[in-house]
Order: sequence, then C-alpha cells, then structure tokens
Amino acid sequence: MSIPSARTRCCSTVGVRIGVLALQGDVSEHMRAFRDALGGRGAVTAVRHAGAIGDLDGLAIPGGESTTIGRLVDKNAMRRPIEEFEGGIFATCAGMVLVARDVDDPRITPLGLIDMAVGRNAFGRQRESFEAEVPISGLDTPFHAIFIRAPVATRVGPETTVLGRVDRGIVAVRSGLHMALSFHPELGGDRRLHRMFLERLQDTR
Amino acid sequence: MKLEDLKFGTELIKRGFASMQKGGVIMDVVNADQAKIAEEAGAVAVMALERVPADIRKAGGVARMADPQIIAEIIDAVSIPVMGKVRIGHYVEAQVLEAVGVDMIDESEVLTPADEEYHIDKKKFTVPFVCGARNLGEALRRIDEGAAMIRTKGEAGTGNVVEAVRHMRAIMGEIRVLQGMSAQERIDRARTIEAPAALVEECADLGRLPTVNFSAGGLATPSDAALMMQMGADGVFVGSGIFLSKHPERMARAIVEAVNNYDDPAVLARVSTGLGEAMRGIDVHTLREDEVLQYRGR
Repeated sequence: MSIPSARTRCCSTVGVRIGVLALQGDVSEHMRAFRDALGGRGAVTAVRHAGAIGDLDGLAIPGGESTTIGRLVDKNAMRRPIEEFEGGIFATCAGMVLVARDVDDPRITPLGLIDMAVGRNAFGRQRESFEAEVPISGLDTPFHAIFIRAPVATRVGPETTVLGRVDRGIVAVRSGLHMALSFHPELGGDRRLHRMFLERLQDTR
Repeated sequence: MKLEDLKFGTELIKRGFASMQKGGVIMDVVNADQAKIAEEAGAVAVMALERVPADIRKAGGVARMADPQIIAEIIDAVSIPVMGKVRIGHYVEAQVLEAVGVDMIDESEVLTPADEEYHIDKKKFTVPFVCGARNLGEALRRIDEGAAMIRTKGEAGTGNVVEAVRHMRAIMGEIRVLQGMSAQERIDRARTIEAPAALVEECADLGRLPTVNFSAGGLATPSDAALMMQMGADGVFVGSGIFLSKHPERMARAIVEAVNNYDDPAVLARVSTGLGEAMRGIDVHTLREDEVLQYRGR
C-alpha cells in the first residue's frame, strides 16, 4: 500500500505504543512494568475495545483466568482484531494459553498466534505455585520467575524459538515479534524480558 | 531447576494469585453442577460452600466449613480456582482445606466464629487467604496477619448492597484522609484505628490498600456489581445472588458482563434486561443484632 498506515505515522514520531488487554487479570501490573521498561519513550494504554488495537505496536495479554479472558475476547468482538494484529504480542500465563495454537482443554478456543501446544495448570494447584531462578536465552543471568497455577508449552513448531524451560516443559518462547511466558515478569521488578520484547519491536520499525 | 531451590507460598505468590482475580466475579456454588454453570458464565473462581449465605441464615445453628467431599467434587469439576470458607480463627479447618487443595481460603464471618479474640495466623499457610473488612483498621489488621486479599464484609445473604457500599466508602475515604495528613498525624491515626503504622504509611503512598480489594456481601444484580466497581473495587464476590435468582445462568453471565463493562451504562442496560426476578432480599434494618454477620471478628 502506498498510503502509510496510522501505525507507522504515530510510532516514528512519539515512540512505541503498547496496549494491555484490559478485560480481566493483572492489567495494572503489566501497565506499570511496560511504563518502567519504556522509561518515558512510548505510551502504555489499557485496551478494552477492538477499535484500539490497530494503532498499537505491541499488545500485552495479561495473567488472569484464561477461560474468563477468552470468553470476554469473544463477547467484545476482539478475536479477529487480535488475530489480524500486525504488531508484537507479549503474553504471560493465561495470555500464553490464549496465544497458543493448541490447548489441552476444550473449554478454551485459543487465538493460535504462536505455533505451540500448551497445557494448563501444569504444576498443579495454587499451593504448588512457586518462585524459581530460570535461565533464559539472551539473558546473562537467570530470571527470577513467579509461577502461579502456570501453564507450560509441551510442543513448539519450527517457527517458535524456545527461550527457557524447566523440568515440566517449556516456559518461555518467542515467535517473530511475539513472546509468551508461563510466569509473571510483571509481578517482579526485573524488566529484562520486557526490554527484550521492546527491542525487537523497535528493530523492525 | 532443583526442587530445593523453589520457593512456595511467599507473599509475592499469594498476592500475585489475588491479582490474577482482578476484574473478575467470584461466585458461591454448593455443588459441581453449579460450579460448571459459574465457569461457563465466565467466573474467575468459585467459592465452594455447603449452603449459600441466605440459606445459612435460614438454617440457623452453627455454620462450619463444608464437607471436604463437596469441595473435592467441585475441584474436579472446573479448571478455574476453587476457594473455600473457614470459621474465623479456626486454623484447623484451614489446614483441612489446604490439604484438600483449595486455591484460596476465605476466613469468613458468614460462618460461626471459632475464636472471638484471634484470627488465623495466615502467614503459616502456603495457600493465600481472603478476609472481610468493614473499615481500614480491620483491613490492615487482616493484611498484617497475612491476608493476600481483602473484601468488604457487606451483609452476606441479604441481597442488599447497602452495607457493601458503606464498607467500600469507609475504606476508600479513610485512605483519602490519610493522604492529606502529616507523617506524625498518620502515626497517631494508626494507633486510633489499631493498625500497623507501616501499613498505614503504605496506604497513604499507594492511595489504595496494598492488596487487592474486592467487594462482597449483598450484591444481587449486574448494577450492584457495576456500582461496586465504579466505587473502586478490584472485582466482586456474588454469593446468594446468582443461584437464588430466577435464572442463575442468565444472572451469572450478566454479572460477568456488568463487571467487564462497569462504566458503560448502555451495556449495563442491555445485560440487565429480562433477567427475571433477583433474589428476594432482606432490609438490613430489620435484622436482630445477633443476625448481623458483619459484627463477627474485628
């Protein structure tokens, strides 16, 4: 197309635009984490309507309950706009379940944005939730990761790069501009994974 | 990753779990079928009980933790988190529910208190707790004991939102007052409301509670839920209001949509249409003092 899109116009001048899908879950934690990681060089907004998605460079799908968020995505007619979104997706926990191609639970119809299969609640119930140091490709020291009723990826496709794994399975992946994590970097203070996501977005602009 | 390097039940994990519930509706259920209806309607979690609060009121007698079998059946029936209620101060009921595998324990005034002096020492548990509060002092005492989530007490089982409103206004208003105070005045206020000074300071800094703050106790309609969200609740508990209404499935879906679109009156109008009768409800002013649940625990 010869006409520049709104996305290209906005971002070359005011920096990266990140939206956080604000249907249910730890939305404010994601917004704060991205604001920290951007350090003023960009904007972070809560996304509650389909119309707001097209103008973004990146969309975060937060932790929460994947059955609830999935249902609200459909209820608010956001499935198509997210599937057709051309920017990067940053998905944690419930978000990782939703962006997968296959999920081990018929109650979820995933968005299929990353070629991988995901198992829900792979470590057990809340009493089995844990914190651990997880080595991540591209980071020089392990990442302190918070797993809450976390999923894992049990299979990844050829286009999906594994960034981290634990004994139960794969817990961090990247695919094109997208990243998906079983754990919750937004709950801690370490912004290295957010910056890794933003650097890729900025490189491709 | 070695097992001995993993940390379980930390404050971060407990409060993190509570954060994942934000923007959600937690529904009281008494069996697996109701739990499935709640999950299908979009509940973020279910509260597994033997009776909903309105029926506890009717039944009278001593209200205790539910039979673990009911809770286990509900855990097997749904993929969303399952919570359970224990009596105030009854730490053995809490040990039992933790062993059964509930994801969060509600130390609840809806059941008959087991200890009129002390609440449970919640820091000793791996599983997170939610506790009721009527004002800032109560909320901060519970957080100091280890609660990972606060909910307004409201007046459970009445279908009358007035007490939930009163308690939410009290908590929010007291935090706003703190923000206008000097450090010295805040220390004095901490003594007056019998709350730890450090938590009082934290509230003044944050402009809110340091944990997630839900609303509970008398919410019966989509508008009730949206009202509490507009007043600043992070999410809602709906007890008797769903399964004692005429059409539980419809009511459950409508309340989920109302919480998601709490500031959009057009959506609220649509989801409130044709729901059939809400639960009957009780005027709280007609309750005898010993029937008022919110006075339990302080």
